[in-house]
Amino acid sequence: MSTLGAPEMVVVGILLTVLATLLLAAWSSRVARTTGDFYVAARSVPAWWNASAISGEYLSAASFLGVAGLIMAGGADAVWFPVGYAVGYVLLLALVSAPLRRSGAYTLPDFCEARLRSSKVRAAASVLVVVIGWLYVVPQLQGAGLALETMLGTPIWVGGVLVAATVLVVLVGGGMRSVTTVQGFQYWLKLVAMLLPALFLLAAWQLDGRPSALAATPPTFPEPTRVTVAADVTVQVGAPTPVLADGTIDGVPVDGPTVLPRGDVAIAADSEVTFPAGAPVPHVAGSEATTGQAWGRPLHDGTEHPVYRTYALMFALFLGTMGLPHVLVRFYTNPDGRQARRTALIVIGLVGLFYLAPSVHGMLGRLYVPELLMTGRTDAVVLLLPQAVLGGGLLGQLVTALVSAGAAAAFLATATGLTVTVAGVLSQDVVGRIVPDPIHAFRWAAVAAVLVPLALGLLAATLPLAQAVALAFTVAASTFCPLLLLGIWWPRLTDAGAAAGLVLGGSLAVGAITVSTLLPELSGWPDALLAQPAAWAMPAALLTMVLVSRATQHRLHPGVSRIMVRLHTPESAHLRQSWTARGSR
Amino acid sequence: MSRERARREPAATTRRDGAAPRREVITAPRRDVRRPRRSVVDDIDEETRIGRVYVQALIRTQLRLGLATVALVVVPLASLPLLFGLVPGVRELQVGPLPLWWLLLGFLVYPAILAVGLWYVRQAERNERQFTDLVEGR
Repeated sequence: MSTLGAPEMVVVGILLTVLATLLLAAWSSRVARTTGDFYVAARSVPAWWNASAISGEYLSAASFLGVAGLIMAGGADAVWFPVGYAVGYVLLLALVSAPLRRSGAYTLPDFCEARLRSSKVRAAASVLVVVIGWLYVVPQLQGAGLALETMLGTPIWVGGVLVAATVLVVLVGGGMRSVTTVQGFQYWLKLVAMLLPALFLLAAWQLDGRPSALAATPPTFPEPTRVTVAADVTVQVGAPTPVLADGTIDGVPVDGPTVLPRGDVAIAADSEVTFPAGAPVPHVAGSEATTGQAWGRPLHDGTEHPVYRTYALMFALFLGTMGLPHVLVRFYTNPDGRQARRTALIVIGLVGLFYLAPSVHGMLGRLYVPELLMTGRTDAVVLLLPQAVLGGGLLGQLVTALVSAGAAAAFLATATGLTVTVAGVLSQDVVGRIVPDPIHAFRWAAVAAVLVPLALGLLAATLPLAQAVALAFTVAASTFCPLLLLGIWWPRLTDAGAAAGLVLGGSLAVGAITVSTLLPELSGWPDALLAQPAAWAMPAALLTMVLVSRATQHRLHPGVSRIMVRLHTPESAHLRQSWTARGSR
Repeated sequence: MSRERARREPAATTRRDGAAPRREVITAPRRDVRRPRRSVVDDIDEETRIGRVYVQALIRTQLRLGLATVALVVVPLASLPLLFGLVPGVRELQVGPLPLWWLLLGFLVYPAILAVGLWYVRQAERNERQFTDLVEGR
């Protein structure tokens, strides 16, 4: 793995982001005094800034690093990831945003309780918020570790600990108001750190004579390349390749010229392998060396049942966005339903603008840093491209500092947003029962909400970032999505129906993912269905909610029609009764 | 003539000479005191059947709009994998140096969904405006 020549700039970029985050948090937390401030920023955030904060929170490391990495490795089929991440907001806008805001509840569990009058459904929703939150935050912390290891050679735990510590300082200090300011800032930082380098890279590629990423051959090293392997890796070598090696290959210590034999070759950690220019790039075991042509073509044959997988991914990403608790909590910070809608619209624009860039990085990555295909660390492509393309001079160093700052912002923003949400739920439903003072309860909950995923991240296996995050989307799509759709649009949803659907959808999604992780030898349909369960788990949950509700209509509480009025009547119609039940202060 | 003056007038015009005072109509039925008009807002507030009908109509309109918006975005996107699966030749189409696929899904899709979103917001706000005008009797 090519550690950078000039690591100082990486450190500078990261430290500047962390420092700016802490300063902004400190500055804006002077305003945060009441409990209301802590949770939802007192609902006084203008739509465009709230939209920046939502986008800042939403564009995690999976978007900043993972999407480009997946596109580099997977080609045209991976383009569905950014499309899905953005289209999810169209569904959220059209079906959820305004009614959800008008419900007047703070969090998803609050919504469940207000709509269904059931503390049991509330408890189930709370558990799911924590599950989804941690599923989402674990890859962020792991990714931070991998990114720092790749850039600086630090031990794998350093990145996660750094992110967790910063998040804690921000949260314990200021709550959500400071988080809104910080995340709005982080969106714009990420946007610049993604688009500007993409433009520089495209210009350099133009000067380079526009080499095509769609060649008829698999990727080759454009120039003699020294690859440093950070962790043990098995690669597939297509043809015997003469290299210079220093380290351990297939268990044998080597120092000097050798030939990598055809077939699987194990390279031990800390080995250095130097390839001559023009040598084909060995690919990490499990990923096929595709030609540029096949790479640029959808449904290429690297995986089984690509059509099903594409549809399952659409289910998860299109429908999962509306069920992400850390995104939804932001809609409560809009002053009214109309503003909530406008906020969602602006988010579509902001997120879409950002996603113009990753496919550029993914394509150029195949040309200029193909060694990532060998080490399997394609998630680092955004970080390593600037130096590889622009050189180690001042420009290359400055752009590297910029992308490092953007990556740090990505890790911090999402981890902060998820932690604030999980901590909110924990402090209301768990810690609040032990610690009476709400602000103290929130602080203790924040500590728990950070430490648990940090520990999980150090123990669990790593997946490519964007894929790992898609698991959280899958669970959200199979649980909260049907709950919100029916809860908002179908008055006959009962507490029993909701509970049955949440439990079934959640168990199906989590169970399928667990089985497919524990049994990697599965293949064919079982593998496709278990690895990407959203396409059947979500309809199953929806159907369960409808059927059980129909069978339990006697449980429908009499206030449901009042709630439907509250969800759907515009604020401009001046209803005289107070329709806002709990939650709004 | 103002009401104020009308009230003072008789005192000022009482004459010693015994001539009959000028008769005046001093008040007209007050136009600003109306019986409170019942509006649909009250029906909604009091959950009468008619109030419920109005709200259900609004919900149905908004749901139809929401589903149309989703269909507008999801149907074209969801038909792509099927199209590529059934007509593999389409995967090879190019626009200049870029495959058609990349152009569509890498770039053009984002302004397209933003435009659909904008259309949705306009329609949704129009529906709400009409509802408000209706129930407040404007």
